[in-house]
Amino acid sequence: MELSGAQILVDSLKREGVEYIFGVNGGAAMPIFDALYGETEIKLIPMRHEQGASHAADGYARVTGDVGVALATSGPGATNLVTGIATAYMDSIPMVAITGQVFTHYIGSDAFQECDIIGVTRPVCKHSYLIKNSDEVADVVAEAFHIAKTGKPGPVVIDIAKDAQMHEALFQYPETVDIRSYKPQVHGDPAQIAKAAALIKEAKRPMLYAGGGVVLANASEELRQLTLKTQIPITVTLMGLGAFPETHPLAMEMPGMHGSCCANYAFTDADLVIAIGARFDDRVTGDLSKFAPNAKKVHIDIDASCIGKNVPVDVPIVGDAKSVLTELNKQVGIADIDPWRDQIQEWKQKYPFEYEQKADKVMPQYVIEQIYEHFSDAIVVADVGQHQMWAAQYFKFTEPRQWLNSGGLGTMGFSLPAAIGAQLGCPDKTVVNINGDGSYIMTIQELVPAVTMKLPLKIFIINNMYLGMVRQWQELFHGKRYSAVDYHDNPDFALLAQAFGATGLRVEHTEDVVPALQKAKGITGGPVVIDFIVDEEENVFPMVPAGAGLGDVIRGLS
Amino acid sequence: MNPEERHIFSVLVENRFGVLARVAGLFSGRGFNIDSLNVAETHDRSISQITLVTHGDAQIIEQIYHHLNRLIDVIEVTDLSTDTHVERELVLIKIATDDPQKRTEILQVAEVFRGRVIDMKPASLVLEITGDEGKLKAAIDIFNTYGILELARTGKIAMLRGAES
Ligand SMILES: Cc1ncc(C[n+]2csc(CCOP(=O)(O)OP(=O)(O)O)c2C)c(N)n1
Ligand SMILES: [Mg+2]
Repeated sequence: MELSGAQILVDSLKREGVEYIFGVNGGAAMPIFDALYGETEIKLIPMRHEQGASHAADGYARVTGDVGVALATSGPGATNLVTGIATAYMDSIPMVAITGQVFTHYIGSDAFQECDIIGVTRPVCKHSYLIKNSDEVADVVAEAFHIAKTGKPGPVVIDIAKDAQMHEALFQYPETVDIRSYKPQVHGDPAQIAKAAALIKEAKRPMLYAGGGVVLANASEELRQLTLKTQIPITVTLMGLGAFPETHPLAMEMPGMHGSCCANYAFTDADLVIAIGARFDDRVTGDLSKFAPNAKKVHIDIDASCIGKNVPVDVPIVGDAKSVLTELNKQVGIADIDPWRDQIQEWKQKYPFEYEQKADKVMPQYVIEQIYEHFSDAIVVADVGQHQMWAAQYFKFTEPRQWLNSGGLGTMGFSLPAAIGAQLGCPDKTVVNINGDGSYIMTIQELVPAVTMKLPLKIFIINNMYLGMVRQWQELFHGKRYSAVDYHDNPDFALLAQAFGATGLRVEHTEDVVPALQKAKGITGGPVVIDFIVDEEENVFPMVPAGAGLGDVIRGLS
Repeated sequence: MNPEERHIFSVLVENRFGVLARVAGLFSGRGFNIDSLNVAETHDRSISQITLVTHGDAQIIEQIYHHLNRLIDVIEVTDLSTDTHVERELVLIKIATDDPQKRTEILQVAEVFRGRVIDMKPASLVLEITGDEGKLKAAIDIFNTYGILELARTGKIAMLRGAES
């Protein structure tokens, strides 16, 4: 049967099992929106900004593991999507971003709302397609979904000219996808895996270092087996939190710039580091010349270009974390490293995350602790800044896909729209959004669809009236010259929430924190926003100053 | 700093629009330089071959190799420098030949480099010379002393020796 390109697109998305499309309408995408009108199998979620659409698609993908879909018109609609595409790219999130494009005969003529979005997004997506003919649509969608979710996942852009949306073609969806130039390596080299197992046997001070790749590969179960079987201490990065329960005695909590002293000291003293789906990011390693200087390194990663990029590796293993860990687990037993385990326990007990309760102040860390007390099973979506670090430190994550944040690009404004996507992806879970006053107002408009859909989001603003993370750096490294970080002129977020049609509460005293959280728990008919007015100049510690080694971590100001 | 090495990559890609931009973008985005580039269809019209010369320390070269492989449209990457290979480039040189004496001399020099005259006008001629980098450099250096009017080169193409591919 002959269908319009737009209808073929929608039918193809159905074939891929798409539940939601997050989008903003506009001229060059109108035929697609038209095809979605009245559609029941796929729900179209009108967001208030294309950035919100791409983050919502991303949040949906992070909690479900399925491909998130965002849709925008050409030109400004497409460029507004870019931040969300780049965010997904940096964190390897499977996403398909669809943009309308001007008529093919206008392409290249600087037509109204024309933008070479393929050119713009080239460095921030896994792959991209420009569709000029209706008969290409089905094949491209099938390929795009295949590429987005296999290998190292990532966003794929489909730019589709308006005439290709309108013209009719035969709809025939490919049963299988075979791309001769794209064959991701799943299984690790057995010889390399055997080498890793041998190193584990010999090591006296081994540690596991797991990252977001474990979550993406759905390999948390295998990671748990490896840890429990070997009883080797483990640190999980900001991107991987929840891949191993932080409540377990072997867990050293996250490493790096604002990570636990225990994890950072462990790197400095270890004789073997086994990295799994982690990329030795500069925020983790600190000064490379002082990073794990005594350790042999095993690196398991799906992306060969990731291995040896920052740190020389002794045993590289290219493959899917799930497959490689399954093989490795067959070859390892309990490690004979009691003195090392004792050392780890000593560090853990001596240097927990801690803060000083100042008189008459609501301490941000206390708020997070209480959020954890009340919502320990919730999916937590954090934004970017100090509150993100406090959330990572003081909330104890126990399940993969329980913690969402823009770790790679560090995109302020990510969390509210991502929380919307997360709530739609997991309707039966509680979704908590831990936001900053600066980050919140970057995508605050997305409160509208949350209210419209009556999503029971718990939006908790850790309001220090500053771009706190930047202020902290100014305090420590720029002589307290607080340039462009003072946000005291922000509106009253509780009142503003009410104006949006949500419940809005303001908390200014420590004793009001718990009652407010309890109240929030009881509100299920729509979003609740609590504006926690916290200590303005509290800093995040521990801190490894930029350029310092992990062993030089500053434990606190005093 | 680790020593820099010159490497020549043969990259087989899907013959589609946009592929070269992806390959080039990979270099520009990381601040790596492309020293020479040649792109053409292979005997299979659906596949193009990119021959690319670049330089960098061992770590950079490894990165380039992996990043090329990571591009979806890249079918195969070979670092030809790691094995014995043949390398050729073709150059066209236009030289002023204002007096007959000079023209004779130029033709003699061209002979030495096994150059071919492919166009001759009263005041200029065009030579075609093929060779490896060393030979072309020597030829260009000499013809420079006669005054080169224009020069165009193809960029290097290369192949492994022997039966393997
Ligand atoms: C889009 C964007 N712009 C700027 C930054 C730089 N930046 C990093 S953290 C931060 C402060 C965030 O402020 P807020 O949301 O109030 O969080 P806080 O640090 O105060 O907890 C800024 C400006 C960024 N990460 N993203
Ligand atoms: Mg703030």
